[in-house]
Amino acid sequence: MAARTGSNRLAFAPNWPARAAWLAFFVYVAYAASRLELTPARFITGLDHGARFLSRLFPPDFQRWELLLKGMLESLQIAVLASALGVLISAPLALLAARNLMPAWVSWPSRAVMVLCRTFHPVIVAILFVKAVGFGALAGILALTVASVGFLGKLMTEAIEEISLKQVEAVRATGAPFMSVVTYAVAPQVFSRFVGFVSYETDANLRNSTMVGIVGAGGIGGTLFAAFQRFDYDFVCAIVLTIIALIMAGEVLTLRIKKSFGL
Amino acid sequence: MRTWQRFTLAERMARFTVYFAVIAAIAASLQTVQVIPEFIADAPEQVADMLRRMWPVAWGFYPQGVHEALMESLHIASLGTVLAVLMAVPVAFLAARNVTPFAWLNYLAKLILVSARSVNTLIWALLFVAVFGPGALAGTLAIAFHSIGFTGKLLGEALEEANRGSIEALQASGAPWLSLALKGYWPQVRPAFWGIVLFRWDINVRESAVLGFVGAGGVGMALDTALNLFQWERAAMILVAIFVVVLVAEVATTQLRKRIL
Amino acid sequence: MTPIAAAEPAVASHRGAGAPALIVKGLSKEYVPGKPVLRGIDLEFAPRGITAVIGPSGTGKSTLIRCINRLVEPTSGQVIFEDRDLVAMNRAELRAARRRIGMVFQEYNLVERLTVMENLLCGRLGYVSPLKAWLRRYPQRDVERAFDLLETVGLAAHARTRADALSGGQRQRVGIARAMMQEPRLLLADEPTSSLDPKTSVEIMALMQTLSGMHGFPVIINIHNVELARRFADRIVGMTGGRVVFDGVPEAITDEHLKSIYGGEDWLE
Repeated sequence: MAARTGSNRLAFAPNWPARAAWLAFFVYVAYAASRLELTPARFITGLDHGARFLSRLFPPDFQRWELLLKGMLESLQIAVLASALGVLISAPLALLAARNLMPAWVSWPSRAVMVLCRTFHPVIVAILFVKAVGFGALAGILALTVASVGFLGKLMTEAIEEISLKQVEAVRATGAPFMSVVTYAVAPQVFSRFVGFVSYETDANLRNSTMVGIVGAGGIGGTLFAAFQRFDYDFVCAIVLTIIALIMAGEVLTLRIKKSFGL
Repeated sequence: MRTWQRFTLAERMARFTVYFAVIAAIAASLQTVQVIPEFIADAPEQVADMLRRMWPVAWGFYPQGVHEALMESLHIASLGTVLAVLMAVPVAFLAARNVTPFAWLNYLAKLILVSARSVNTLIWALLFVAVFGPGALAGTLAIAFHSIGFTGKLLGEALEEANRGSIEALQASGAPWLSLALKGYWPQVRPAFWGIVLFRWDINVRESAVLGFVGAGGVGMALDTALNLFQWERAAMILVAIFVVVLVAEVATTQLRKRIL
Repeated sequence: MTPIAAAEPAVASHRGAGAPALIVKGLSKEYVPGKPVLRGIDLEFAPRGITAVIGPSGTGKSTLIRCINRLVEPTSGQVIFEDRDLVAMNRAELRAARRRIGMVFQEYNLVERLTVMENLLCGRLGYVSPLKAWLRRYPQRDVERAFDLLETVGLAAHARTRADALSGGQRQRVGIARAMMQEPRLLLADEPTSSLDPKTSVEIMALMQTLSGMHGFPVIINIHNVELARRFADRIVGMTGGRVVFDGVPEAITDEHLKSIYGGEDWLE
């Protein structure tokens, strides 16, 4: 409470925990910056290189547009197939992982699988698949499928665990088999949320498919990396611009699809 | 006879088009993707083989080979997130229609945000390595520039959902624009802001692990080396280390998010 | 529905001493072209006293109030306050003028997540630089004034309470105190009691009456509860269809007037 004597009443109580946290934060930033050798000097020399680099980027060179198109198409294929496979695997897996529908010895391993799929960055998973099954789109598709299962699985499981069990009980009470229970009691409640998740994940896969190629898993990323190594920066610029356009188009499309499902 | 339909004709046609397009896309991709069938059949065998070679995990490798690099990745993720937030806040304020009433500024800000997040962290890393040379500086900037896109977008959306009445009251008292932003909008979006920051940091911890593959610092470089030299047990050690760090980060952010809400 | 053409002769004859504090001339507002919500309103407000604006919903009462401080931009007309036309001002001048006009809202319009004290100090945002405001470095004089105001409105114990933890009546008192922090020369109130229960409504109206008497500024209230208007206002302005159809002391308003303002008889029973 504020002191009421004289003319020195405080409007705000000093918030010591918050101040301590801010102090710790600034100390950390200074420490980390020094560990990473992020000095202003390096940054400034870099800016000079940056200016020169920018001039080498522009104007973008679209001469090799066939190569560009081929790479983009492959990325699209990877994204589409990975999303499709991801949905096919996640939906039943999410059902198995739902703690309100399944016993613990079924749901916990399923959840563990999904967590494992999610932990590693798609690029890491892509590299592992490249080492396992060789260069090319297959590694990319498998890697992004794993990533999709991880994220879609988690989101879907949460949605299933939030449904009203009354409808499930009602259908069960009629003696319907399990799959019917799923179709008539579970699915309708989660369908529109699923559509939202799938569009989100397809968008994410589209983004990821543009870069798994950097490690040899197919798609435009490979073309980009090769151009980089050849110092063909004009072509690099063309590729990056196309990627931006593709992903922007993807975002717009995803929004439209969600709208047509009334989301 | 009066009928009732859940969706109008237009809505049904739209949904039908979507279903059709999805099936068509999948079919087209299946036909044209260049994947050799034998490889697909072989794949499970190959993956199992690789996993077998990763065992036993080279635990002893951690102190000299992994720890430094792992810490470096964490610092890159943290500093990158801080930098991203600093850059994203003003852009988010410019992008929110209710905060900045000039449409052209809204569009410009939203364009910046969309472009930033359309370019993957890894691609940003490639660009920054070309400019600043290999190392953590390129990595930090790559994380920062990619994160602006999502942080700014989410923050802008939070701003657009703020209660306009409070703002109207401050306007009526003659407050300048900056005071409106700081004392009217900011207190309302603060919890959302911290949630967004934590969420982004968690994702960046994952992202920072792969920057090393293009030379932008962190544990990715160690992993790349180990894999290229076919040192599977060491690679496994690195993967375990990454797993632990990501798990800890996710638990930490979940706990912190509970406390701010 | 034809408005009453002849208002009673007991028209606003309570002009206070001195020049009017606010003059509204020919104020018109069309949200949709061709459908005016305000049709050339002419009013003068004395430097003291409470004026209640009554009328059915959608008749432009709220628009009138909001046109005065240009929260809604008038289509045409003048609003003369402290010898200057508010409508003709640019944004910077308008901001300066708004500092002298306090406003109280139906939904209180507090910043919910801030404390009562911080909400009060927000009333000084027109006078304090944004940086100082953000760092919470308000002049001690303002802080003292805030504490005094809190005591006046009876909320001294809640200085550090968050606004969203208060009841409706308490929040409106904070809203009034915040407006008072501006040391206003005019107080506008847009349906300040519409979200409150009857007892609290009376308390709020009484508070505004007390403060206006203590500090000597006029109050213009947009209200739809005629009883409250009769009880607390020194002058009643009745509007219908975008025009003023009654302007006089509360004693002069009869059922006839009310019928023509609001239409129909049933609600009068």
